[in-house]
Order: sequence, then C-alpha cells, then structure tokens
Amino acid sequence: MAKSAILKSSLAKKYWMALTGLFLCLFLVGHLAGNLQLIFSDASHFNQYALFMTTNPAVKLLSYLTYISILFHAVDGIMLTVQNRKARPIRYAMENPSANSAWASRNMAVLGTLILVFIVTHMVNFWAVMHFDEKMPLETVQVDYEGKTYDFYVTQNTGKDKYIPVDLENSGLEIRNRTEFYDKTGNLKIAEGYKDLHKITFAFFKDAKYGLIATILYVIAMFVLSFHLLHGFASAFQSLGANNPKYNGLIKGFGKAFSVIVPLLFAIIPIYIHFFAK
Amino acid sequence: MASSKFININLKIWRQKNAKEKGKIETYKLDNVSIESSFLEMLDQLNEQLVSERQEPVAFDHDCREGICGMCSLFINGRAHGPDTGITTCQLHMRMFKNNDTIYVEPWRSKAFPVIKDLVVDRTAFDRIQQAGGFVSVNTSGNTIDANATPVPKHDADRAFEAAACIGCGACVATCKNGSAMLFVGAKVSQYALLPQGKVEATQRVLNMVRQMDEEGFGNCTNTGACEVECPKGISLENIARMNREYLAASLK
Repeated sequence: MAKSAILKSSLAKKYWMALTGLFLCLFLVGHLAGNLQLIFSDASHFNQYALFMTTNPAVKLLSYLTYISILFHAVDGIMLTVQNRKARPIRYAMENPSANSAWASRNMAVLGTLILVFIVTHMVNFWAVMHFDEKMPLETVQVDYEGKTYDFYVTQNTGKDKYIPVDLENSGLEIRNRTEFYDKTGNLKIAEGYKDLHKITFAFFKDAKYGLIATILYVIAMFVLSFHLLHGFASAFQSLGANNPKYNGLIKGFGKAFSVIVPLLFAIIPIYIHFFAK
Repeated sequence: MASSKFININLKIWRQKNAKEKGKIETYKLDNVSIESSFLEMLDQLNEQLVSERQEPVAFDHDCREGICGMCSLFINGRAHGPDTGITTCQLHMRMFKNNDTIYVEPWRSKAFPVIKDLVVDRTAFDRIQQAGGFVSVNTSGNTIDANATPVPKHDADRAFEAAACIGCGACVATCKNGSAMLFVGAKVSQYALLPQGKVEATQRVLNMVRQMDEEGFGNCTNTGACEVECPKGISLENIARMNREYLAASLK
C-alpha cells in the first residue's frame, strides 16, 4: 500500500516534481557561478574550471543526478499534463482564468517544454562539443619573444602549469586522446591539455552571422526560465507540504528574487560577450 | 426604499437532454430581470418564460438558497459561482451584471462530475471520497465520553473548524484548470488530522481518501491557487499542504 502510494499516486508525482525541481534550482546556482567566470575571470581559469567539471568524480556524480532530474522532471510533467487534460474531457465555452490565478502558474507545461528545447540545443552547442568533438581546440597562449609570436598550449602537469610549443613535430611530443601530451620516446603521458571551452563560447556568441540571433534566443530562454521559476520555486515547497504562514512570505519572496536574479545573471553573460567583450 | 431596477440580458446556457446525449450552448433572451434578484431567481424567471412558451425548462441544482448546502453549482462567465468571490451561486445577485450583458452558464466540467441533465452534474465522486475515510470510527456500545474530556488547543480547533467549513460544492474542481479535487480532499483530511479524535485513523484516512480521489479521475494539483480564490467558504491552500504532509508521512510508514 504505502509503496505504491509513494510511487504512483497523484501526490507522489507532485513530490518528485518538487524534489527534482528544487535540485535543478541548486544546479542553476552552480552552473551560474561557473558561467560568471566568462565575465569575471580569464580564459585559463575558465578552462581549468571546465576540465575540473568534466573530470572530477564528485562533479560527475552530480552531473548524472542532474541529467536524471531533468529527464524525470520532464517525463513526470508530461504524465501529469496528460492526466490533467483527461480530467476535463469537455472544455468550458467561456473561461476567465486570469480572475483567479497567475499566467505562469497555468502555463508551466508550455514553459517547461520551451526550457527542454533550450536545454537540448544548449547541450548540442556546448556540452556535446566539450565531450565529443574531435576538433575541439585546446587552449593556446601567445607569447612574444625576440620579435616573434609563439603559440603555446596551456597544460597541467602535477598541479603546475607548463607551456609546450605548438610546433609538435620538433618537440618530441605528441597529442593522444585529443588532450593528452605524450613523450614520443619514453611513451609517457606528461601533461593534459585544456580544451578551450572559453574560445568556442566566445566564438559562438560573437559569430558574425549567428552570434546576435544566438544571444537573443538565449535571453528569450532566460525569460522563459524566469516565468517557470516564478511559479515553480514556491510551488515546490507547497507540494512538499511546507506551507506555514510564518515562513510563506520568506519562501515566496526568496522564490521571486531567485527567479528574477538567476536568469538575469545568466542572460547578462551572452550579452556581455556579444556586445562588450573583445 | 431602494428603487428597484430592471435589466435585459442574453443568456448562453448549456443544454443537454441526458447523460448520454451530446449537449450544446443555447441562447435565450430574458427581459425585465430585477437586479435585486439572485442568479437562481433569474433562472426561475427564465424557466417560467420557457414553460409559458411550452419549452423544456433548464435543469439546475439548488436547495437551501442561503449559501450553506453546496448544491448550487454553475460556471458563470468563466468563473465558478460567477463574478464574485466567497459566495455560492444562490448568493450571486443580478446587480453584478449590466443591461444587455451576455452571460454564459455552464455546468461544472470534470470527468469525475458527469452531466446528468443541462446544468446538473453528478457529484457523488465526493461522497465516495468521503466514505473512503472522511469520518471518525466510533464504537457506540460503550460509555460515551464527555467531549470536553479531550483537550484541543484553540489554534488547532480553529484550523479544523475552517477546514470543516467546506460544503463540498465542487467549485474547486470546476475552476481548477486540471480538474483537481485536492482542495476538497485537503479540507476533509485536515479537519480530522488536526483533532485528537481524528489523529487515531489519520494514516489510513489520507491514504484511502487520496487513492479514491485518484480512482475517480480527478486531475493533479499544480498550485495555481484558483480553487482558494473561488471557494465560497475560503478554504485555504494550507489544507492541501497539510494533506501533502500527511500523505508523505503516511506513505513512509
């Protein structure tokens, strides 16, 4: 009895919706903190961070939890929407829903679908490139020496940064598995190259042809996210039974601030890159 | 004495012969409606006109006509119990409308509330939810205990009383975009869960009532809050949250 109640009932679906939703709110904060380095930090630090995020086992675990949460949140949402549609087979001829409820609260499914579309395109543009693109560039630094400019890969070896020349032919080094530097003779891995996520992100939003449209679409997606959060954040607490006049003001106030500030900060980044960054 | 005023209105009313046949919206013109009359009295006036024209009168639910029985329903101009809050349809007056207004009158729309005829719907789904656990089992063969022997904190008693104010009219279901009955069930669960007498069976009660609610085909709550706004008795969303807590605790036991 109790087992089926916690998995299949209408209320169980709400609990899962709320829990995955709140977890994804935490993910947003982490993701935002990382992204803000695109404005407030340099390419090297950002790429180091990107490497950490794709290799650290704890972060990996969290990222799998995030993928599962997104999928579960979407599937649960679709199931709820289908059930809710079935609950009213004949619609009203005349409806006046704005008299008793907020627009965002009535359009969570539409907003959520748009966010899912955004997540998929976003992952194709950045996540998939970072993980699977054979041609993903490694980070290079330019050094002027005796009137000549040299390109170097920034690499990491036992915690220390090293600079290895691009002229691999004569360096006695070769790159394997896209980012690993090997000593040709000793067959030893001596360094790890940073994938230049910073470069492809800037190139994406500064692209002469598509940069502006990408920026605009990104900002629109953040508006959609904002409306989704505007209802979703406080709603998750209600679904989990956290409704107490003592704290409701705090939850609703924090939820409103969260749903405005987080998407706003996300949206500022591509605007900064497209219009203001060098 | 207030001078009485009369208005002419156009009515668009859902007509449906019986549960099986398809219904449709019919248009009626009704003149000289006193703004002092209630919405139901206006429908009485329409029915007298229809009878005099040898037409079938409009069937609609009503009983006490003083806002306490929960019988009158009606989705009026897109809102449960019409364009006002904290009232049932019998408490809605024609002064809320203007001369030459067009007024849509539809039955509650929910899979769990099938139309019986015209504007009358079958709300026995609520009865079955209530029967699934909305009571306190009493053994009447022993000695009756004095009600005041069990102390109840004033705050809890007040919250239980507010929840018990639910008249089971179904406006929450009718107005909810998901056709969810959670305000009703939340109120019924709460009124017992808050009191020591009800706590004894609280675990089974909430599991059984929610199970029955799901079986009846009601939708899921998405916390839009429309039910709370349209509830004639001002039942708070707090009751849904309490049901959510009770259910979570009960299903983990």
